[in-house]
Amino acid sequence: MTARIAVVVYPGSNCEHDAVEALTGLGATAQLVWHQTADLVGYDGVVVPGGFAHGDYLRPGAIARFSPVTAAVSEFARSGGPVIGICNGFQILTEAGLLPGALQKNRGLTFLCRPVGLRVESTRSVLTSAATVGELLRIPINHFEGNFTCDVATLDQLRGEDRIVLRYVDNPNGSVDDIAGICNEAGNVVGLMPHPERASDPLLGSTDGLVLLRGFLDGAALAR
Amino acid sequence: MRYDVLVEVRLRPGIADPQGATIERALPALGFVGIADVSVGKAFRFAVEAASEAEAASSASLLAERLLANPVIENSTVTLGGVVVAAAAQPVPAG
Repeated sequence: MTARIAVVVYPGSNCEHDAVEALTGLGATAQLVWHQTADLVGYDGVVVPGGFAHGDYLRPGAIARFSPVTAAVSEFARSGGPVIGICNGFQILTEAGLLPGALQKNRGLTFLCRPVGLRVESTRSVLTSAATVGELLRIPINHFEGNFTCDVATLDQLRGEDRIVLRYVDNPNGSVDDIAGICNEAGNVVGLMPHPERASDPLLGSTDGLVLLRGFLDGAALAR
Repeated sequence: MRYDVLVEVRLRPGIADPQGATIERALPALGFVGIADVSVGKAFRFAVEAASEAEAASSASLLAERLLANPVIENSTVTLGGVVVAAAAQPVPAG
């Protein structure tokens, strides 16, 4: 059986179809799940996609945290289910407390939309499990608030526990320690600012996102 | 009783404030001199229906901490009728 993936849709999400397309291309069954849904039973993995959930009003992710589906995502994550948050999804996972830190406005105050170089720093997360440490990937970013920030103790913990999974080769947004993606302690929850689903077909200019999505689907198959 | 509340949210000391810095850099060109330490934050005004001022302060503070501010990067102060009733302070940021 193929992995069954829930792709969460908030009012204002806009990368959900790209995520479904990329995951379907890898053989998964991916379904859109509206944010009022309070139950994710029957799914093997969850994607919180990019966009502007609830218009990014107040702060990106601040209001999405109170959507019923976010509580269900938290429960799914707590029970060990693989969860990835891409871009706005990463912001939502930090606001929901599933990942530490916060994503601030980019250094330089510009919206950034371009492919960037990434280095895989750890393969202990579900997203990077099929990649190799040191592997270089070229994947687009598309954000205004991607500048990862956390306190000193959290940064020490992330480093000490090998939870910084992706770093920018050339830091585009001012993120502390060049962080592009992190995971939780168990490695089943991952947030990243770059969009692997937008690097999933030669037509898009890169297929480097596939190794990440494949790792996620492998994790989902194992979790079922 | 209805209590008017002001919640101010600002970036914690040490968190980069590129908006404040950009405004400050533009000031001399506009003819403003002698202005320093510009920071940009948010202000929220709302009314709370509560039995007492203490109860209004407590629910406004909870709202400020749980929703209006992100404690990882922001501090908040809650003002009721012109008197600051709660200020949340946070640890020092990295990098």
